[in-house]
Amino acid sequence: MSKDYSIAADNDGKPIWKFLLSELKPKGKILTPFNIISVPVILLGIVLIVIRFWKGIGSITNLTQEVPWGLWIGFDVVTGVAFAGGAYVLTFMVYILNMKQYRSIVRVTVLNGFLAYVFYAGALLLDLGRPWNVINPIIGNNFGVNSVLFLVAWHFLLYMIAQLIEFSPAIAEWLGARRIHRILSSMTVAAVIFGITLSTLHQSGLGALYLMAKEKIHPLWYSEFIPIMFFVSSIFAGLSMVIFEGSISHKVFFKQISEKDHQAQTGIILGLSKICAGAMFAYFFLQVLVFIHERHWDLINTPMGYWYLLEMLGFVFLPMMLFFYSYRRNNIKLVRIASILTILGIILNRLNVTVIGFRWDAAVHYVPSWMEVVVTLTVIFTELWIFRWVINRMPVLRDAPSWAKHHE
Amino acid sequence: MSINRRGFFKVLGITGTALAIGRELQAAPKGSNDIEFRGILYDSAHCKGCHGCEYDCADANGLPPPDPAKDLPPVRKTSETKRTVVNEYNTSKGKVFIKMQCMHCNEPACVAACLTQAMHKTKAGPVIWRGDKCMGCRYCMISCPFDIPKFEFHSANPKIQKCDMCFNRLKTGEMPACAANCPNDALFYGTRRQLLSEARKRIVENPKLYVDYLYGEHEAGGTCWMYLSPVPFKELGMKTNLHKGSYPALTKGFLYSVPSIFVLFPALLLGIQQATKKENQSGEEEV
Repeated sequence: MSKDYSIAADNDGKPIWKFLLSELKPKGKILTPFNIISVPVILLGIVLIVIRFWKGIGSITNLTQEVPWGLWIGFDVVTGVAFAGGAYVLTFMVYILNMKQYRSIVRVTVLNGFLAYVFYAGALLLDLGRPWNVINPIIGNNFGVNSVLFLVAWHFLLYMIAQLIEFSPAIAEWLGARRIHRILSSMTVAAVIFGITLSTLHQSGLGALYLMAKEKIHPLWYSEFIPIMFFVSSIFAGLSMVIFEGSISHKVFFKQISEKDHQAQTGIILGLSKICAGAMFAYFFLQVLVFIHERHWDLINTPMGYWYLLEMLGFVFLPMMLFFYSYRRNNIKLVRIASILTILGIILNRLNVTVIGFRWDAAVHYVPSWMEVVVTLTVIFTELWIFRWVINRMPVLRDAPSWAKHHE
Repeated sequence: MSINRRGFFKVLGITGTALAIGRELQAAPKGSNDIEFRGILYDSAHCKGCHGCEYDCADANGLPPPDPAKDLPPVRKTSETKRTVVNEYNTSKGKVFIKMQCMHCNEPACVAACLTQAMHKTKAGPVIWRGDKCMGCRYCMISCPFDIPKFEFHSANPKIQKCDMCFNRLKTGEMPACAANCPNDALFYGTRRQLLSEARKRIVENPKLYVDYLYGEHEAGGTCWMYLSPVPFKELGMKTNLHKGSYPALTKGFLYSVPSIFVLFPALLLGIQQATKKENQSGEEEV
C-alpha cells in the first residue's frame, strides 16, 4: 500500500490534533478535471446562497405561490433520498441476510448514504423560509404528530445517526482507536435494524407527503399508492446508484481496492442486477395494477399520457429487461447501461410527481432558474469533495487494518 | 360513539412513532358536535363588488391598501399582500362577484400538514398561523386544496399570509373586519350551524335567485366559510373538483401503518438475522 494512505494506527505516539491537522491537507493532484469544474460552481453557489438568505428565496428561485416546492425539494431531497436507498438495501443483505459476498461494498454505500442525507438535509435548510425554527419539531414547539412531514423529519435525523453508527468503525480505524472500535462494531446490527425500519417508513413517507395534493398532481402519477411506489422504487434506485457509483469509484480510487475485491466486483454487479430486475418487475407490475384500477385509459392519448408511457416503458420496463438479460449473459457493460437508464427513470418519476406533474394544468409552469440549478450542483459537488476526502483517509474501499478484523 | 379524527391522530402519533413524548393528552371532546365553529356565509347575490372588504381587511391586518382597479384583468388572486380579493365574472346571469379568502376548513389540510403546529385550527373556528413555530417549509401550501397560504418569497424573514378570520378581533368579541363593514349585507357571520340554516332559508325563500347548492357544506370535509350563488360555482372560477371528504384523512392509511411497521419490522429483521446467522455458523466455512 502506498505511503499516502497511511492511517493513524501507524501514527501511534503522534498527538491526535497533529494527526488531524496533517489529515486536513489535500492529498493527490490539485488540477484534476473534477476540481476545475467543481470549484467555480461551488464558489458561485456560495454567492447565490448568501443572496438567498439576504433577499429571500424568491430572489434566486422561480418558485410561485402555486408551486411552492421546486427543484430543491423535488430533486435534491425527494430524488436524492431515493438514490441513497442503496444503504438500507445493502445493509439488509449483508447484516440481516448474511450475504457475505456483498460485504466489501457496504462501507462505501453507507458512507454515500450518510453523506447524501447530511447534504440533502442541508439543502433542505436552504429551502426553509425560517430555518432558525428548524429545531421546533424536535424540541416540541410543537410536535405536529399528525403531519407526514413530522415523521419524515424525525426519520431523517434518526437515520443519519443510525448511519453514522454503521459507518463509525471506519472512523475508529482511521484514528486508531481500538477500544472504541470494539464498542462501535458491536452496535452495528442494532443500528442496521433500526435504519432499515426507518428507511422503509421515510422512503414511503416522501411519497405520502403528496397524498393531500390530490387534485394538484396529474392523475397518472397520483394514486393512494404513491407511498408504496416510492418505497419499492427506492430499492432499485439505490442499487442502480450503487452499480453506477461503484463503477466510477473503481476507476477513480483504483489503487485503494485490493486484488480480491477487484475480482469479486463482477459477481457483485451481476448479483445486484438480478435484484434490481426483480424489484423493478414488482414495481412495474404495481404500476400496471394501479393504472388499470384507476381506469385512466382516456388520459393515455394526451401529451402527458405519452410522457407517462415513456417513463414506464422506456425507463422502467426497458432497463428491467436489460438487467434480466445482462444477468443471464454476464454482461457487465449492459448492467451499467441499465443502471444509468434506471437512474434517469427515477429522476423522471420523482420530478413527474413533484414538479412536472404538479400543477400540470397551470397557465404558467414552474421551470427552475439557472441559479437553483447551480445551488443544486453546489450541494452535489460539495458532497463529492467530502466523499473523496473520507475515501482517501479512512478504510472505506481498502481493507480495514488487521487489528480491526476480529471485532466484526 | 367513535373517537374523532384529531383525537385519533394524537393517540396514533404518541403511541405509534414513539418519538413524540407528547403534550398532555387532553380528554377527547365528547363529540365533534360539541365544538361550535364560527364562520361566514358569503352571498354573492348580495355582493355589489365594492371591494370594501379588501380595504377593511388590509386595514385590520396591517397590509398595504389594495388597488383593485389596477390589477383587475383577468382574475385576481389572493397574495402575500392581499388576504382577500373580490373578482367579477360574466356569467349566464350577468355580472356576479365572488370573494376569495381562506375557507377555514373544519379539518384543514394545512394544519395536518404542519409539522410544528404553526398552522392551528382554533376552537372558535379560524385557522391561524403562528410565526414563532413556523419553519417556512411551505408544506401547508402544497396541501391546501384552495391554494390559500401565501409565502413572502422576497423577504429574508418570510411569513405565511392568509386570512385568519380576524382572530384577534374575535377574541375581543368583535366580528371579522370584512363581515362587520360589508355595506351590502353579503357577509353573514355566525356559528356554522346558524350559517347552514340561514343559507337553507335563503335558498328556500328565493329558489329562483339561488342555485340549490351551498359551497363549503361538504367541500374538503366542510368549511367555515360558505357560499351562496345565483349561478353554478364553476362559472365563478371556484374549484368544483375537490374531494368531498377530509383532506387529512387521505394520509390516514399511511400514518396508521407507521406504528405496526415500527413494532413489527425490528422483530422480523432480528428474527431473520438470527436465523441466517445460525445457518452460516453450522454450514459454511468462513468466507
